[in-house]
Amino acid sequence: MPQLRIVVLVKQVPDTANVTGEAMKEDGTINRAALPTVFNPEDLNALEEALKLKDRLGARVTVATMGPPAAAQVLRESLYRGADEVVLLTDKAFAGADTLATSYALSLAVRKLGGADLVLCGRQAIDGDTAQVGPQTAEKLGYPQITCVSRIDEVRPPVVAAVSGGRRAGGHVTATRSIEGGFETLTSPLPCLLTVTGEANEPRPPSVKLVMTYKNAAAEALPDYDDSYLDPESDEAEVCMLDRHGRPVCRAKVLQWDHVALEADRESLGLRGSPTRVKEIESVVLAQSEARMVEPSEAGVNELVHELIEEHILG
Amino acid sequence: MDSLAGGAKTASRHDVWVVVEQHDGVAAEVSLELLGRARELAHRLGVGVGAVLAGAGEAAKALAPALVARGADTVYLADHEALADYLALPYARLVAGLIRAHTPQIVLYGATTTGRDLAPRVASALRTGLTADCTDLRIGDHSMKDMEYTDLLYQVRPAFGGNIIATIISPEHRPQMATVREGVMVMPAADPERSGEVVTVDFAPDPADLAVRLVRRVQEEKRVDLKGARVVVSGGVGVGSREGFALVEELARTLGGVVGASRAAVDAGWVAHDHQVGQTGTTVRPKLYIACGISGSVQHRAGMDQSARILAINSDPGAPIFSVAHYGIVGDLHKVIPLLIRAYRTKGAAGDGAAAPGGAS
Repeated sequence: MPQLRIVVLVKQVPDTANVTGEAMKEDGTINRAALPTVFNPEDLNALEEALKLKDRLGARVTVATMGPPAAAQVLRESLYRGADEVVLLTDKAFAGADTLATSYALSLAVRKLGGADLVLCGRQAIDGDTAQVGPQTAEKLGYPQITCVSRIDEVRPPVVAAVSGGRRAGGHVTATRSIEGGFETLTSPLPCLLTVTGEANEPRPPSVKLVMTYKNAAAEALPDYDDSYLDPESDEAEVCMLDRHGRPVCRAKVLQWDHVALEADRESLGLRGSPTRVKEIESVVLAQSEARMVEPSEAGVNELVHELIEEHILG
Repeated sequence: MDSLAGGAKTASRHDVWVVVEQHDGVAAEVSLELLGRARELAHRLGVGVGAVLAGAGEAAKALAPALVARGADTVYLADHEALADYLALPYARLVAGLIRAHTPQIVLYGATTTGRDLAPRVASALRTGLTADCTDLRIGDHSMKDMEYTDLLYQVRPAFGGNIIATIISPEHRPQMATVREGVMVMPAADPERSGEVVTVDFAPDPADLAVRLVRRVQEEKRVDLKGARVVVSGGVGVGSREGFALVEELARTLGGVVGASRAAVDAGWVAHDHQVGQTGTTVRPKLYIACGISGSVQHRAGMDQSARILAINSDPGAPIFSVAHYGIVGDLHKVIPLLIRAYRTKGAAGDGAAAPGGAS
């Protein structure tokens, strides 16, 4: 019986770090729709921390994401790495959310999951780089936060009382966060939300065994396994994976929630629940080069250095 | 719609605020930079500048006059044991409470690890908008759905890995809040003649706020002063190796400059992260920036394109770095850098007898 309950919040993002020629338009701007999507890198670091805790202490790891149905890909990748349960928050009512509306929906999902001892997410997503959703989700949950975590030093799981409805008490987390020119270590009682940076770990690759299990077993046991994320009629499915002898080998709970399932206030969701608006977007266009070209010769370089000294650019 | 500027008006005007970050009585540079921009915004809006200053004991208190000298009209000073070190919960309670009580229209924070920890927590508590890591702030108007909004804060920031520049507004929520990147606003000169008011704030933390404890904070001696450097010599992937990077370091030493690096060079392990220039590193604006073997991704350019002069050395004539450079040398940096070193040593010796050419080698 795993003691720790961990919820990892993840995001599927366009791969802004690897803008290839194909995504460049003729005017030098980016065609955002042409960028491939990836598992937000620091969210993978957060998942890795959760899985390390699961390996070490035993934990139930739930991964949640908000996005269009295609975002289920990051949930699948989470299952391949060892997540126990995945949740897709998908609904047109969520569209256009800024960080405040996003954190509202995510906080409701954590609540609907019954809360958590630890909520982990990446420090920031590479499309917006805001680093705001973590702290805002923590505030909405009333949890303390430790952001920019480069190391989880210690987790002591809570004690679960046999009475008072299994109330959890007494656990704590100690984590080290990177700050300008140094680091600091903080201790927080559980529950607590941590945002994790890329320094924390090297995320494990998908487990070949889990991929094969899910893939093969899915084909045998549940032909439309992939589509089970997207079934508008069901908001929950227990996916039982069978090996080739028909024995269950792993279970994954797939949940799909919309705003009704979350019992959300619609005014606080999506664009309507977002205080910020994008007034204008300018693509960064490479200006025509105006650089004065200097010959890579002794004479050329001497002349340049002389000029820089004359103009007091160089002392 | 949330009410504009809130209900209770304890001040007649809705000021522009800066939440000041301080450690051991020293204000973060970005906080002082923000006071300069807050001054300009407040002037445009016809309001005053407020500074929130929190800490414990004399060191924090002693900062108040410096904040006035840089542009604050009112310093809200909170002095409490629970505020001795920055911790998210008591600080968020303090700042959110002050905003509710005094209804500023704009609240600015440095986009530091502290500001980016605190501001979202406050924005969530107040249910107001927040824009992260801005590089420019202006006042402007906006029309939307038959509504005319005047004197909004335009919050300008790069997004999408620096491939776009977005202007964000928060038309119907107050305060309008932003975290602002260090080094992009010009530091205002201190004017010791300026006068301002210091308002002492009562603060009572909730016991739950004290649940998180700071075990220790280690501030390493800052060895790399990229921001203050007159000359920055940066190396990128084109440098090729750790040994190759020694050449970049030698050029920096010769010119009396500081070593910078692209993210690729840092990721390759040739140089420590505190040398990184760019969106996820330091923003610099030296008199001379020399980019050696740096192709010039948008992320890197965002951190150096405001330099007074830029010299790019790259073997690829199509490298984007040349588009922001004032001088370009297409060639092998392993040959060009020694030429630069020699040229400077000889010219420097000719022009200034005090510079000992041998001293730098």
